[in-house]
Amino acid sequence: MAEIRNYTMNFGPQHPAAHGVLRLVLELDGETIVRADPHVGLLHRGTEKLAESKPYNQSIGYMDRLDYVSMMCNEHAYVRAIERLLGVDPPARAQVIRTMFDEITRILNHLMWLGSNALDLGAMTLFLYAFREREELMDCYEAVSGARLHATYYRPGGVYRDLPEQMPQYKESPWTKGADLKRRNDWRQGSMLDFLDAFCADFPKRVDEYETLLTDNRIWKQRTVNIGVISPEMALRWGMTGPMLRGSGVAWDLRKKQPYAAYNRFEFDIPVGVNGDCYDRYLVRVEEMRQSNRIVKQCVDWLRGNPGEVMVRNFKVAPPSRVEMKDDMEALIHHFKLFTEGYCVPAGEVYCAVEAPKGEFGAYLISDGANKPFRVKLRAPGFAHLSAMDEIVRGHMLPDVVAVIGTLDIVFGEIDR
Amino acid sequence: MSESPVLIDALKSRFGDQLLSTTVCCNQFTIEVAADQALDVLRALRDESGFRFTQMIDLCGVDYLSYGISEWETEAVTDTGFSRGVDGEGPGRFDWAGRPQQSPGARRYAAVVHLLSIELNQRLRVRYFAPDDALPIVPSLVEIWNSANWFEREAFDLFGIVFEGHPDLRRLLTDYGFIGHPFRKDFPLIGNVEVRYDPDKGRVVYEPVTIEPRVGVPRVVREDSRYLQAQNELAQKG
Repeated sequence: MAEIRNYTMNFGPQHPAAHGVLRLVLELDGETIVRADPHVGLLHRGTEKLAESKPYNQSIGYMDRLDYVSMMCNEHAYVRAIERLLGVDPPARAQVIRTMFDEITRILNHLMWLGSNALDLGAMTLFLYAFREREELMDCYEAVSGARLHATYYRPGGVYRDLPEQMPQYKESPWTKGADLKRRNDWRQGSMLDFLDAFCADFPKRVDEYETLLTDNRIWKQRTVNIGVISPEMALRWGMTGPMLRGSGVAWDLRKKQPYAAYNRFEFDIPVGVNGDCYDRYLVRVEEMRQSNRIVKQCVDWLRGNPGEVMVRNFKVAPPSRVEMKDDMEALIHHFKLFTEGYCVPAGEVYCAVEAPKGEFGAYLISDGANKPFRVKLRAPGFAHLSAMDEIVRGHMLPDVVAVIGTLDIVFGEIDR
Repeated sequence: MSESPVLIDALKSRFGDQLLSTTVCCNQFTIEVAADQALDVLRALRDESGFRFTQMIDLCGVDYLSYGISEWETEAVTDTGFSRGVDGEGPGRFDWAGRPQQSPGARRYAAVVHLLSIELNQRLRVRYFAPDDALPIVPSLVEIWNSANWFEREAFDLFGIVFEGHPDLRRLLTDYGFIGHPFRKDFPLIGNVEVRYDPDKGRVVYEPVTIEPRVGVPRVVREDSRYLQAQNELAQKG
């Protein structure tokens, strides 16, 4: 009689549904998963060690490259940790700008997740729809920072500069012309706040479009309902946060429970799931996009009525303006010291977390009083989520692994760091 | 972490001598326990009604070698002139052959755990040092929180801290067959080996690194009274 034994299969590291460089070693009994062993670290760059060898400000750019689809939220955690150690409070306008960009980032992240997860499970159209709206929001990133993805916009003490008075417009090119050019530039006639107003008014209709394609879609439900069920108790054991925790019915959101930036100024709701399966987490994330849109709209209204400083006037932490440097020796010295040596942070340790789109993103800093951090530890939500992979997929079929990887919303920039 | 002073009192009365130290920094509480008592204390922190830390948010290793050491003399040098700030033993300063040898003395390795209670909305940081620097061993928390599994594998990989009782203590982030623990302070920033594809052999080969250690900005420790002032103001505001 032939010997029957389990079959071991490599999923990735080069697999389109592995969302990056995940090597997943699967032990299969027929088509049923007996054991899943994720091998990570193929994108390990030693970000934390690099940060130890540089002055504080020079590492902000690395934060963008951790979870590279929710860039500014990562910066926010790191910058907030530094501010807390220094005892610096950013001005109110900077706080609201940060809140607004955190929510823009959340929409960007969830659109990316929605599009790619749907693509993994066989729904092609949504990916194209999602990228249409992402394009508009990345233009906002570009307008404030000059970069579409890796912005380095948040700085200790505030944000790099105020929002632009004029939203950049598209020029005629072989790719953008005629009616398309006019449509794109229609929203871009005024300031960035005008542009965001137009976006916020339009976006709920777009979310309706996504939902038309998926929410009642028979195939989508067959692939996600009762797949990857996580009980609230299990979610806590594995250190899950964000939509992974809320999908299981635990109403926990740092924006409400431990408010930071300007979240306590604005109204929004926290959606929670019931069954803790992939479908509930999909619904939670879609509703989060609607709530984020609501917050962005409120931020826009607030920012219109409250002009002011966006950076503390403490030249030990934030540089003076170029104009001041031209005729003020003191300002010139401050600028020189800040960009050659940086600032020394008082000895101590701090852990600051933000509600990033994927869950709790935290930065743990130990300072020994030097101009470089002694130790930086970045707590990535995806790291904890992926570690639970084995327990989640055990007993599922092979195609469900794709649905579960999708629902974890993992990005290897933050897991491998 | 937690902003409630009730917690620190509750911790002191419950654990007494088991707490080696309690510190508050930026309104966040840190307790230090001995490695051999960590399991008892942490299990109590998870289960008992006043604490209810049902989530272990983070665990990381720390190497305290060279803590507080600067590379540039900034005080009492006015009559001799500043040094160039190019000497020192910071991680970017040496290569594999010239790495500093382990100095005996202060305890180097610690594990730092961040706990979160979503019921009571409080946070706590727990630190326990490994008693032996040559072979740092601390107990594993996997039986208390599943999330400890990968965090401990990471700390083992990067710092070489052995977690006793861990079911599957393999390397996590570094390459298959990697030698050394890269986040230790005596591991060079430039690393030890580099890889490239060798067309003659038809495979990827490992070679000693060809880049030089280079640090652009020296490590400076300055006392700045303004920061203390700002901290005090913040503390008074609550």
